Amino acid sequence: MGAIRFIVKRLILMLPILLGITILTFFISNTIPGDPARLILGPKATPEGIERLREEMGLNDPIYVQYGKYMYGLVQGDFGKSTYSQQAVSEDLKRYFPATFELTLFSMFLTVLIGIPFGIISANKKDKIPDQITRFMALTGVAMPAFWLGIILLLFFYLKIGILPGGGRIDSWVSPPEAITGMYTIDSLLTGNWEALKSSLIHLILPGFTQAAVTIGMITRMTRSSMLEVLRSDYIRTAYAKGGSENRVLYGHALQNGMMPILTLMGMTFGHALGGSVLVESVFSWPGLGRYAVNAINYLDFPAVMGVTILIAVLFITVNLIIDILYHVIDPRLKYE
Amino acid sequence: MFRRLVSSPLTVFGFLVVFILVITALFAPLIATHSPTEVNIVNKLQPPSQEHIFGTDEVGRDIFSRIVHGTRISLKIGFLVVILSFPVGTILGAIAGYFGGIVDQFIMRTTDIFLSFPGIILAMSIAAALGPSIENVLLALVIVWWPWYTRIVRSSVLAIKNAEFIESARALGANPFRILFKEILPNSIAPASIQASLDFGFVILAAAGLSFIGLGAQPPSPEWGAMLSSSREILREAWWAATFPGLAILFTVLGFNLLGDGLRDILDPKQR
Amino acid sequence: MTLLEIKNLKQHFPISKGFLSEKKYVKAVDGVSFTLNKGETLGIVGESGCGKSSLGRSILRLAEPTSGEIKFKGQDILKFNRKQMKNIRKDMQIVFQDPYASLNPRSTIRSILEAPLKIHGIGNREERMKLIESLVEKIGIRKDQLDNYPHEFSGGQRQRIGIARALTLNPDLIIADEPVSALDVSVQSQVLNLFVELQKEFNLSYIFISHDLSVVQHISDRVAVMYLGKIVELAHVDQLYQNPLHPYTKSLLSALPIPDPSQKRERIILEGDLPSPINPPTGCAFHTRCPVATSDCRTETPALREKQFGHWAACIYV
Ligand SMILES: Nc1ncnc2c1ncn2[C@@H]1O[C@H](COP(=O)(O)OP(=O)(O)OP(=O)(O)O)[C@@H](O)[C@H]1O
Ligand SMILES: [Mg+2]
Repeated sequence: MGAIRFIVKRLILMLPILLGITILTFFISNTIPGDPARLILGPKATPEGIERLREEMGLNDPIYVQYGKYMYGLVQGDFGKSTYSQQAVSEDLKRYFPATFELTLFSMFLTVLIGIPFGIISANKKDKIPDQITRFMALTGVAMPAFWLGIILLLFFYLKIGILPGGGRIDSWVSPPEAITGMYTIDSLLTGNWEALKSSLIHLILPGFTQAAVTIGMITRMTRSSMLEVLRSDYIRTAYAKGGSENRVLYGHALQNGMMPILTLMGMTFGHALGGSVLVESVFSWPGLGRYAVNAINYLDFPAVMGVTILIAVLFITVNLIIDILYHVIDPRLKYE
Repeated sequence: MFRRLVSSPLTVFGFLVVFILVITALFAPLIATHSPTEVNIVNKLQPPSQEHIFGTDEVGRDIFSRIVHGTRISLKIGFLVVILSFPVGTILGAIAGYFGGIVDQFIMRTTDIFLSFPGIILAMSIAAALGPSIENVLLALVIVWWPWYTRIVRSSVLAIKNAEFIESARALGANPFRILFKEILPNSIAPASIQASLDFGFVILAAAGLSFIGLGAQPPSPEWGAMLSSSREILREAWWAATFPGLAILFTVLGFNLLGDGLRDILDPKQR
Repeated sequence: MTLLEIKNLKQHFPISKGFLSEKKYVKAVDGVSFTLNKGETLGIVGESGCGKSSLGRSILRLAEPTSGEIKFKGQDILKFNRKQMKNIRKDMQIVFQDPYASLNPRSTIRSILEAPLKIHGIGNREERMKLIESLVEKIGIRKDQLDNYPHEFSGGQRQRIGIARALTLNPDLIIADEPVSALDVSVQSQVLNLFVELQKEFNLSYIFISHDLSVVQHISDRVAVMYLGKIVELAHVDQLYQNPLHPYTKSLLSALPIPDPSQKRERIILEGDLPSPINPPTGCAFHTRCPVATSDCRTETPALREKQFGHWAACIYV
């Protein structure tokens, strides 16, 4: 009962944030210097033509009416029309979103798989050689310009030794799996399309690791400090004193307790990964939201940029909400406040 | 304090990197061996050599000299963004924490909204709206960065606002301004300043990223991110054009991080 | 001559619990009345959490009282505006418990002591320095220590500095909130003696808050005993210590060591915990722990009445 009330309450609390996001993005869209109507019609437009289009586009309405219309569109999933592709932005978002989501999930998977064990090792061997090395690597990861790492990985694995593909989601000679989720790896698993699975996994490797380099660094550092805290506690000393084996104490007891802060911080990390996709995707020609946004920027296609921004923000807070709920499910000590 | 700083090799390394960067930025024209912008087609795509230690790019510009001059741009951005967003965030955080109530609610809900975007995405859309230029990237990063300081400062203010020396100032009839600026802020600014010292690096990284996707510095500016962006065209022929600007970014961010980490360990040993 | 008159003062702190559930209050001070004469010391004792500090803070309007009346020098200061309030603050000061938390760690002693004068625009720099120097001499800090920071002093020294700060504006009333509790016993008596000396020299009135009965006995002219936000007994110090009327006071005093061991006193040990000030017991708030309570105590709220000359108590059975 408590859990459901908690979830409902958190959902309600999300509403003002969503509202705030739309206000902020609306505000940003309205700071575009220059007259959008003039921009659309080009240099040869007549004043009458511009005025007519302004009227049509609602640019002469009072600002709150404009916001109302903007919101009215947004709640129906209408992000406006891309000035470059001349398509509804929502259609574009639908098309590019699964690619970004797949890449982000994969990099988060790598992050957890690599970052958490390294963090634990580092904490357990505090100030010894493995800790020093891990800490330095993690710091380097955090400081890493992912877009550069991507280029260097391409240089080496694609141009130099040629064992990995140079971009895209799947080899051109392999037909993509039947679309279910839109994520190639998952769809090919679901349809048993092993060729597509292999090809799409291979394409994920470089962008996945590039994206993950930074977040692995972050998670390693967080895991280390959170484990250090736990390992210092009496509770762990008791577990050792009772004769628990090192691994059991570390990965059982300690990790369970250290997991809480790591989980919350994973929300932040996820946001970072999402944000990083803008850069990484454009390095690897990964046809996702990030590359779409970068293209849009280059063509001054503002509705498209805003669409990506809003979608990613909503995704980000949704993930944080889910983590928040998980947090409360895992830790029964926390009451549903 | 100095001894503790020196006792950690990583911190010393960070300090050295930052020191070298500052010197490079200050004396860029003296350190650079060539003009950062002069085109010399005959010399294009030269691999690293005595004459051009980092090689030349697609129009024959000396990459080393460009990186040296780029240091100026990057440090300036890092410095300006931190110096502009820090006071804004700090003052708002202090006001929110000290006055509480509806003011606090308003300020904190506003930061919530800003922080519900991944930073680079929000900066990207602001910079895109303002139009591609380095100044607009700077402005966008300031807009994205201040809420972090607000949060940090607010929580440190909350931790001390009921301290007895604050109560005593109120009992003496000090006005809220005096209390905020003379009593509270000096005692609650340390954690945010540590964050700010770490942020120099992250701001530089973000600015380079935005330039990389075409929002910030425009060619032929020797900005590191922009250099990386154009290096992609010649990746096959000139590995050096991509390698060195990226290393410059990496070392800069790493240097600031190591220094910031060291400062934190010294000022706030609990955090370790 | 009456300096301060408190009437039915209440300090209820709202505690918010979600936006739908009903508002609850911590009744930290719940209808306190007393008077304080010029040059007098009123001791206030009671267990931790009974509202002593809250009482002190609301008298100074450091926390805005919920209701009641505070007459200082004949004026109701709760009706004062900001400017009047700032002005009257010169005459009423506070000394805190924790000498480590009561001085700004980033200010020198000089600027800590100068601040009050600056705030009220008193004197020029030179005059202020003169005043500060003569003041620190009185409290036993050397002039050449003025530019040191708080952490360079011992707890006792810091407490002296806290006292000096309260004195800079030459007040009539000082509320001392457990000013010696954090100090070593050896230092305690020195600081207490300082309080006594300064009182004589500046004709100060004290409200002296403490949970230490012997400290209060040493310094007070009259003593008030608080329980859950209310005064349950108020009398001259000798009357109260020799002839306590309220069962709560009796139990408190029974824990004191007796100077004359031939006299025997039975130790009264209270049962149960201090009830929550959010839901105080009905009737007499003490009935849940009172050794002599009857069913009447559960329903009837006893008022603070003058049971003997100058000796007030709130209990229906005395
Ligand atoms: N600002 C506040 N908001 C909410 N509750 C408060 C506040 N200040 C005090 N209280 C509550 O009021 C009650 C009385 O607190 P107060 O500090 O006045 O007690 P005290 O007698 O001074 O105790 P101690 O001897 O521990 O100093 C306590 O239950 C406390 O939790
Ligand atoms: Mg107290």
